[in-house]
Amino acid sequence: MATDKIKTMGLLDMKAGRSRFADYYARHPTVVIGGAILGVIIVLAFIAPLIANDPLRIKPAMRLRPMDDTYWFGSDFLGRDVYSRTIYGARISLAVGGAVAIISTFFGLIIGLLAGYVRWVDAIVMRFMDGLMAIPGVLLAIALISLAGASLFNVIVAICIPEIPRVVRLVRSVTLQIRELPYVEAAVSVGSPTHKILLKHIVPNTVAPLIVQATYVCASAVVIEAILSFLGAGTPPEIPSWGNIMAEGRSYFQVAPWIIFFPGGMLAITVLAVNMLGDGLRDSLDPRIARRM
Amino acid sequence: MYGYIFRRLLATIPVMLIVALVVFLLLHLTPGDPAAIIAGDYARPEDIERIRKNLGLDRPLYVQFFSWLGRVLSGDLGVSIFSDLPVSKLIGQRLEPTIALSISTIIFAVLVAIPLGTIAAYKAGTLVDRAVMAFAVLGFSVPVFVIGYVLMYFFSLKLGWFPVQGYKPIGEGFWPFLRSITLPTLALGIVYVALIARITRASVLEILTEDYIRTAKAKGLDDANLLVRHALRNAAVPIVTIIGIGVALLIGGVVVTESVFNIPGLGRLTIDAVLRRDYPIIQGVILVFSGIYVFVNLFIDILYTFLDPRIRY
Repeated sequence: MATDKIKTMGLLDMKAGRSRFADYYARHPTVVIGGAILGVIIVLAFIAPLIANDPLRIKPAMRLRPMDDTYWFGSDFLGRDVYSRTIYGARISLAVGGAVAIISTFFGLIIGLLAGYVRWVDAIVMRFMDGLMAIPGVLLAIALISLAGASLFNVIVAICIPEIPRVVRLVRSVTLQIRELPYVEAAVSVGSPTHKILLKHIVPNTVAPLIVQATYVCASAVVIEAILSFLGAGTPPEIPSWGNIMAEGRSYFQVAPWIIFFPGGMLAITVLAVNMLGDGLRDSLDPRIARRM
Repeated sequence: MYGYIFRRLLATIPVMLIVALVVFLLLHLTPGDPAAIIAGDYARPEDIERIRKNLGLDRPLYVQFFSWLGRVLSGDLGVSIFSDLPVSKLIGQRLEPTIALSISTIIFAVLVAIPLGTIAAYKAGTLVDRAVMAFAVLGFSVPVFVIGYVLMYFFSLKLGWFPVQGYKPIGEGFWPFLRSITLPTLALGIVYVALIARITRASVLEILTEDYIRTAKAKGLDDANLLVRHALRNAAVPIVTIIGIGVALLIGGVVVTESVFNIPGLGRLTIDAVLRRDYPIIQGVILVFSGIYVFVNLFIDILYTFLDPRIRY
């Protein structure tokens, strides 16, 4: 049976004389591939004005054109260039994904540390987080947007709220484990103040799992933003985000499927790249944290 | 064991209370006057005043919460602002397609994912394993509406095997029902298949390193029996757990899938309510969905005690 094979983590694949990068690639190909795809998309988003036309320019005479030399991805029902819109859409998705990952990791870290270290906070906070996690994230975000109104900022906040409890849970579980270790006990016994124990002894242990979790949060945020926009409860419709482009293509799907397929394809590739990066980092940073996720 | 079930039942009460509190506070913590938010941009001052009166928004917050909670507990989810019909009735009307789609998706996902994951673990490290794992990552990454449109393009528009959109209730015959629900089930199910297959593979792989597996092999048990009776049975707890956790994913996906395939279920009700700012409906749907999620996971926790007699807290 194949399980008899000893897991070498690719160490045996290492060869003398090969560059460190090649070694890393041999051991964690998903990190390199996912990171490379993501890198390309980030560059495309940055240089969008150089490689794409005005995503908002309307040309009624050129409505619903299929793919050709001028309209690489076809045109939509107002004669706008789907290629330019898709390239600009990457900016929205990456901005939302990155912002949600950073914000929810930051708040999740603080709340999780407090819950894991201060017992009376733990009981209250975790009950609240359990309740928050019982509400399906997409629905909670939809409800928040419908109340607060559609804007990029509100979308980011609305996606952060259902994501934070997941980060809190992770940080809390790491904190609970670390606080029982002898070196923390030693720090307590020599009178280190709590904030010092948290910052110097506990936070460093949360970094690796947090990086991994942040990539998953990012992937999920990109998808939820697209879902919200697609359903009409997300980024304002005049902004070309992938979900908005797809939402506008819905009525024309039978005659102009490219309006949905190109942004949808880009969305799938982006999420795939982020997930590959996350899976690879999880194995690469610390094989033990794979169990906690 | 009954003590455990009872304690577990009790533990759902605070969770549901918090859900109710969050759902209630959503409207009140959002910046701005709730009555004005509900009334929308074109409301006249007297409309806003009428809504404020109707919803009791002029009373203190805690009074509002407890009177609202009391009504919810007696099954009264309020009245739709747009249609003036009771929310519970509107939800009841839309429940069937959503439940049909969810159940067919769970059945499809379990039937496909568990064999896939088991085979991947059995053939760990081979091409089969890699293919299953690649599919799992891919299935987890392609959003449900993208899969939905791809399936619709090939199987409905190009091949004409299935209706493009719409839903036929099971009362109108099993065959039309099945045809209308096949593509939505596939679209919604793929992410779920990916999730369950991944966990199944990981759990079976871990069990396969146990001593009793080697013993079973040594006594000459064939691989099929070994996998199903020894490995899969012992891997049941994590697999069932992920099925329960995945219900959250399923609920989010249902809303989108119903929108893509034009299915008149709870998801469509929610989206229509969002577009009309019909807040009592949104509140009601979130409560119902969260309740379903909490109770599915309660059921699964209780199921543990039957699956694994060692778990008797």
